[in-house]
Amino acid sequence: MSAFLIRRLMQSLAVIAIMSFLVYALIGLMPGDPIDIMISSDPKLTPADAARLRSLYGLDLPIGERYWNWLTAALGGDLGFSRTHNRPVLDVMGPHLLRTLLLMGLSFVISVAIAIPLGVWAAARPYSFRDYTINLFSFAGRSAPSFWLALILIFVFAVWLGWLPAGGLETIGKGGFWDRAQYLVLPVLSLTLLNVAGFTRFVRAETMAVMRQDFIRTARAKGVSERDVLLRHALRNAMIPIVTVIALDFGTLFSGALITETVFAYPGMGKMIFDSILANDFNLALVGLLFATFVTLAANLGADVTYAVLDPRIALQ
Amino acid sequence: MRASANLRCMIGTAIFLLTLLCVAVAPAQAQEKRRDGLTIGITQFPSTFNPMIDSMLAKSYILAMVRRPFVTFDRDWKLVCLLCETLPTVENGGAKVFTFDKGELKGKKGLRITWRIRKGAKWGDGRPVTVDDVVFAWKVGRHPQSGVAGREPFLRTVAIERIDDRTFVQVLDKLRYDYNQLVPDPMPAHLESAAFSDPKEYRRRTAYDRDPANPGLYYGPYRIGRIVSGSHVELVPNGTWWGRKPNFRRVVVRVIGNTAALEANLRAGDIDYAAGELGLSLDQATGLRRRSPDRYDFIFKAGLIYEHIDFNLDNPILKDKRVRQALAYGMDRKLMSEQLFGGLQPVAHTNISPLDRVASKDVTTYPFDPKKAAALLDAAGWKRRGGWRYNAKGERLTLSLMTTAGNRAREQVMEILQAYWRRIGVEIRLKTQPARVYFGRTVLRREFPAMAMYAWISAPESNPRGTLHSSEIPTAENNWSGQNFPGFRNAEMDRLIETLEVTLKLKDRVPIWRRIQQIYAGELPVLPLYFRANPYVFPRWLKGIRPTGHQFSTTLWVEDWHAGADAKQQ
Repeated sequence: MSAFLIRRLMQSLAVIAIMSFLVYALIGLMPGDPIDIMISSDPKLTPADAARLRSLYGLDLPIGERYWNWLTAALGGDLGFSRTHNRPVLDVMGPHLLRTLLLMGLSFVISVAIAIPLGVWAAARPYSFRDYTINLFSFAGRSAPSFWLALILIFVFAVWLGWLPAGGLETIGKGGFWDRAQYLVLPVLSLTLLNVAGFTRFVRAETMAVMRQDFIRTARAKGVSERDVLLRHALRNAMIPIVTVIALDFGTLFSGALITETVFAYPGMGKMIFDSILANDFNLALVGLLFATFVTLAANLGADVTYAVLDPRIALQ
Repeated sequence: MRASANLRCMIGTAIFLLTLLCVAVAPAQAQEKRRDGLTIGITQFPSTFNPMIDSMLAKSYILAMVRRPFVTFDRDWKLVCLLCETLPTVENGGAKVFTFDKGELKGKKGLRITWRIRKGAKWGDGRPVTVDDVVFAWKVGRHPQSGVAGREPFLRTVAIERIDDRTFVQVLDKLRYDYNQLVPDPMPAHLESAAFSDPKEYRRRTAYDRDPANPGLYYGPYRIGRIVSGSHVELVPNGTWWGRKPNFRRVVVRVIGNTAALEANLRAGDIDYAAGELGLSLDQATGLRRRSPDRYDFIFKAGLIYEHIDFNLDNPILKDKRVRQALAYGMDRKLMSEQLFGGLQPVAHTNISPLDRVASKDVTTYPFDPKKAAALLDAAGWKRRGGWRYNAKGERLTLSLMTTAGNRAREQVMEILQAYWRRIGVEIRLKTQPARVYFGRTVLRREFPAMAMYAWISAPESNPRGTLHSSEIPTAENNWSGQNFPGFRNAEMDRLIETLEVTLKLKDRVPIWRRIQQIYAGELPVLPLYFRANPYVFPRWLKGIRPTGHQFSTTLWVEDWHAGADAKQQ
């Protein structure tokens, strides 16, 4: 197991190194640079100003040299300075990351906690009224655009009912646990509804497939209760592909909160990465995207380890 | 059966807990309706709070509440003093023309302008605002490595001569008609000098980003109390403010990047006021006015955002003035403005806003006249055959029109123009690009083949050199600087701009401006569309907001804002 973990860790580091160059190069390929953007919004900038600023920000260097400078500094612990926030990258990213982890973590845990029992419950009686109802809501959830769903939630809970704030982090000048909790309800609900829909469909399908296996029939023939058949035999065997999907979604979930964060004015990682790419803030975009890559790799590694726990026949070598 | 009962129980519990959370937090939400504070919603968060680094509308909007510039254009478009005691002009003797008698500029004419800082002006920590702060700002602005974007105004100042703590003479290296708009606004030398000890590191060390809640950084009616990056900025009254006391105990500027969400927040009461400068789109505001006419006050202020279409004058078809004029006659801008924007965006005839003191009505206009358009195209050699026009070589009259993707208003205008011009036999191919590519490359490097639609934001009596002088055409040789994107070359225009720049008295400049506008409208290097209107949407209890229409924010007069008589609980 430890050899496997070390090997996977090394592979992950190699992937991150390659990704760092690819991301840097791709951002560099985008037309224009930050000074071009400044020029287009400030008619008073002269050619001398543009040349001076390009030199100041190191934008006049070849992309390879810029990347090398960044990499050597990063290996020394300096991840660079965010041009659009005028602060070190880690100072900018830290609060955004914590907020995103809170938002995504909550919605992820709630989604999984709801989707697994719901999917199993639907699979227990396939093609029944209950199954059709759950399917209907799952399809609706999968089909609803996140932007639309978020706005609907705002209009219902904030505009019509006035129960919850429409967006932001906290009531300014108030703060506190309960105050901040209110501000999380709608974004978490929005993400949860979307995730539950997807996870439920998958859990249902996998559980139904397992329920058709011979060992389930054998278990029933041995007189095992329906509850144990479902939870101890069917669900456990269905969990391997489910863990894979959840692990993959964990990374997607992290980078996919852009729309929810934007609509709910929640300053998290998704919006930060998007804004930094648009503003050509190389350092911030790069570190943000590398972090997203890292989370995906870590989730996949976590999934591999979980396989072994779920199925003793799988040996990690 | 037991399994399904357990599952049902778990789901029921989850729904119950969620509902409980909603209900539990509801009363706390409802009680937040007091009128000693004001929450403003805008769509952009500033990249820095340092007044000299970067230029961003969101930053100007917020800083206008915590700092006051020496001069500004007021709400009637007159240049007025805010930090100075009297506006120095050539007419009142505050600015004097002189000739340099030594150094590199020997024999050249310059200007000596005397400024006096308003009595009682203090930083938020109680230190007086002095000439030292102005000199410090000037030094930062001049330094090539300080990170200041536009150094031109600082470089034009060749000396600042201290008379006393509050009085100084600014020496300009040449005559410029905007001479009294180039004075460096003070920076707190007592707090920022240390950060500037290594100028290259200044932009990273500035206290405006490291310690933005330091009261000593501000000298306006408010100061920054707290910043939550990407979310909001909290302003509290500045105890050392020398002017009229502001009426709100707290002003919060909340950033909501999406305008649909901004509208939802406004309707939910989470923000009080959607700022016109960076707020709702025009169609959102008109829609809201239809739905909630009694809940909000609406001001639609047309100003200096000039929507237009640049012609690429290197395009062989568009080189012919008659084709450009035919396109102008071939569209009904008045009807477009009425139908698309409820008549709130006035049709533009030149690049100068009708509100500007130098605007001229004595220019060629292009009312909708398809017959005249057809005649001009015939005269230019583009004859109609079937639905389209062709030249003698049999080539069809086809032009491309580009703009930013995702801007609904612009995309609508594009489609309407395509239909209008089809009627006069001109085929238009539409192309949109993401703003990042469009402004970052296509427009900047003049890579649009025929026409590019976008907007300019200018200032009252803004110097037209950047956009109309032939030396300002972006090329690879000048590193794509300059903003004469059409590639307009006109010797008379060049001469007029050069004369205008050194004509100090307004009454002498007015006829020059008139001729500039006549050439602009006659030669038509750019097709004027309309001046964009900003919608200011605020609750009926909020009084005192008077939009300016120019680039200086309404927040420069934030102390005039107050809650009216009906401002209690809502």
